[in-house]
Amino acid sequence: MSDAPILKISGLRAKVAEEDIEILHGVDLELGKGEIHAIMGPNGSGKSTLAKALAGHPAYEVTGGSVTFRGQDLLALEAHERSRAGIFLAFQYPVEIPGVSIANFLRTAVQSHLPEGEELDIFDFAEMLTERMQLLEMDPSFAERYVNAGFSGGEKKRNEILQMAVLKPTLALMDETDSGLDIDALKIVANGVNKLLEADPEMCVLLITHYQRLLDYIKPHHVHVMVQGRIVQSGGPEVALELERDGYRAWQELEAATAGPVKA
Amino acid sequence: MPHNETIHDLGLDEYKFNFVTEGKPVFEAKKGLSEEVVRQISAHKGEPEWMLDFRLKALRVYESKPMPTWGGDLRGLEAVLDEIHFYVRPQDRMGHTWDEVPQEIKDTFEKLGIPEAERKILAGVGAQYESEMVYHSLKKEWEDKGVIFDSIEDGLRKHPDLFREHFSTIIPTHDNKFAAMNSAVWSGGSFVYIPKNVKLDTPLQAYFRVNQERMGQFERTLIIVDEGANAHYIEGCTAPVYSTESFHSGVIEIVVKKNARFRYTTIQNWSNNMYNLVTQRAMVHEGGTMEWLDGNLGSKLTMKYPSCYLVGEGAHGEILSIAYAGNGQHQDTGGKVVHVAPRTTSSIVSKSISKGTGRASYRGLLKVHQGAHHARSNVECDALLINDTSRTDTYPYIEIEENDANVGHEASVSKIGEEQLFYLTSRGIREDEAMAMIVRGFIEPIAKELPLEYAVELNRLIELEMEGSVG
Repeated sequence: MSDAPILKISGLRAKVAEEDIEILHGVDLELGKGEIHAIMGPNGSGKSTLAKALAGHPAYEVTGGSVTFRGQDLLALEAHERSRAGIFLAFQYPVEIPGVSIANFLRTAVQSHLPEGEELDIFDFAEMLTERMQLLEMDPSFAERYVNAGFSGGEKKRNEILQMAVLKPTLALMDETDSGLDIDALKIVANGVNKLLEADPEMCVLLITHYQRLLDYIKPHHVHVMVQGRIVQSGGPEVALELERDGYRAWQELEAATAGPVKA
Repeated sequence: MPHNETIHDLGLDEYKFNFVTEGKPVFEAKKGLSEEVVRQISAHKGEPEWMLDFRLKALRVYESKPMPTWGGDLRGLEAVLDEIHFYVRPQDRMGHTWDEVPQEIKDTFEKLGIPEAERKILAGVGAQYESEMVYHSLKKEWEDKGVIFDSIEDGLRKHPDLFREHFSTIIPTHDNKFAAMNSAVWSGGSFVYIPKNVKLDTPLQAYFRVNQERMGQFERTLIIVDEGANAHYIEGCTAPVYSTESFHSGVIEIVVKKNARFRYTTIQNWSNNMYNLVTQRAMVHEGGTMEWLDGNLGSKLTMKYPSCYLVGEGAHGEILSIAYAGNGQHQDTGGKVVHVAPRTTSSIVSKSISKGTGRASYRGLLKVHQGAHHARSNVECDALLINDTSRTDTYPYIEIEENDANVGHEASVSKIGEEQLFYLTSRGIREDEAMAMIVRGFIEPIAKELPLEYAVELNRLIELEMEGSVG
């Protein structure tokens, strides 16, 4: 029998909640079990908006279409419920939470994923955290630091992947995780993600990126090109290589010709 | 610490200290402040003549001073003062064991967890109920070392010379209107003496409870920390919630002698109908260190600026202040440091949180006198606003009379941001829990200085207060 998709996005439209600017103009996308998809596209094409809308960011309002996650209406859930259901967003720009240690933050997060009334064993948690940190080649003292406070760009991204490794989502939305990482850190992060994928055959990943670089290490099954709030091309890994060679200009010119003037 | 507990799990949906104990006081002065009331207080205490004179002079100073027009809104206060009892004597004698304390009063302090804390973490405990200390006890090992920890009345009675040498020398009667009022009607509070080079390894605690309606509490505390000594004193305060206003005005005087070190921690959690106007000041001598850790969470209006007068070379003063202003509350708090001697150093760190219609004001004075060469000071105040209706103000006064003083001042105001909340909720954490987490993180630098039991209490309170703050 054919498996139902983990994530099914149909005709999704979204706008900035406090303004009348539609950013996503009808996005269709399906992610099956264990699949890795990449979305590529120029700045301002709506890639990050798609990730945030899926994670339930209150600054974005969905104005049309539907999203189901493991058969459930995702859009009916609040952000924390989406996380508990198995969605994880690795942020492009993680914020600082001064005074809150990573260990404390993650313990609270893991506890919130447990069924009502079930108490997290802090020794089990500490063991799991140590093991996850080793996977990402992180120093144990990192867990005592305040969340993202004074972190370098690379440390912030690694911290995102640590959280992902601890929460073990079914769907990981990775928003420009490669930006700010040097090549060694990129390999470690990619290795961590690949290990999570090996451990959970259901897990799927939506990679958002500008560049081919990350895709050398986390190999996508499908690559989509997003331009001005629409997916304009879908294909295999070769699409990413073509984009790397030709850039987005052809798409932007076509878009300009069909959709009227483009703002400079 | 109960990081995993949420507001709902705690099941605390109201001010948890809101309970009233039944029982009749043995004496209650008539309402309002008058010479007659002052004389009654003095007579009840069987005081020497000089103290009655002191009180009566203070009453005249009080009457001669106008109501302050700065700080919080005191316009309704005179009417309140006419309606309160300035002296309520709950019983005739103070106990030195809990068995000597009347059952209903003992039950009150049991509910507040005081005897339990005493057994676990404290070197000594004083408990004040209405106008009088009802219990005072010090562990024998400290008594044997010459430590004095007693009610202020017993201090006057049993150690008249030491008392008179220091009483009202740090905060003179005419210092401000409410110091004058306290000087006229003071009752209860602690008398503490830490002998030379004695280092207490666990804190002393005084707990202040106002039980009845329309009541004023005026404790007076005098603490002398002799050369090379080291101690920590904690005060806590609560009251039931009444629809009428109550009033609390304490005076705390501290002498920190050469190379001594003293910390005074306050966890003020009065009910929201309480005016809380307190004067507390330490005189710090050569090489001495004074630390104020001031937590103001309750009350309707608090005006309180713990201060350090650094009068000996190399003296150090530190003020760590947390203020929480919820709906209808105004916390006008901060600190004051006066550098008089050379090479004195100080630091003020103030963190305030305003929620709903709450208002938190930082008011601080930093003064470097001529002759205080190479003084160094740093002031940092950070305010966190929870809602659009919350308010914060900063009034930093800095007066420098020396060219080589090194003074820094930083202030910040932040609002809990949508991005911070989303970051936490996107990890599965509920929004109100996320809010509490951000607030706890904000005060963490100060909370970590508290003894564990108090840090836990503070965390619980914040979780409770963050309920319903979302949206």
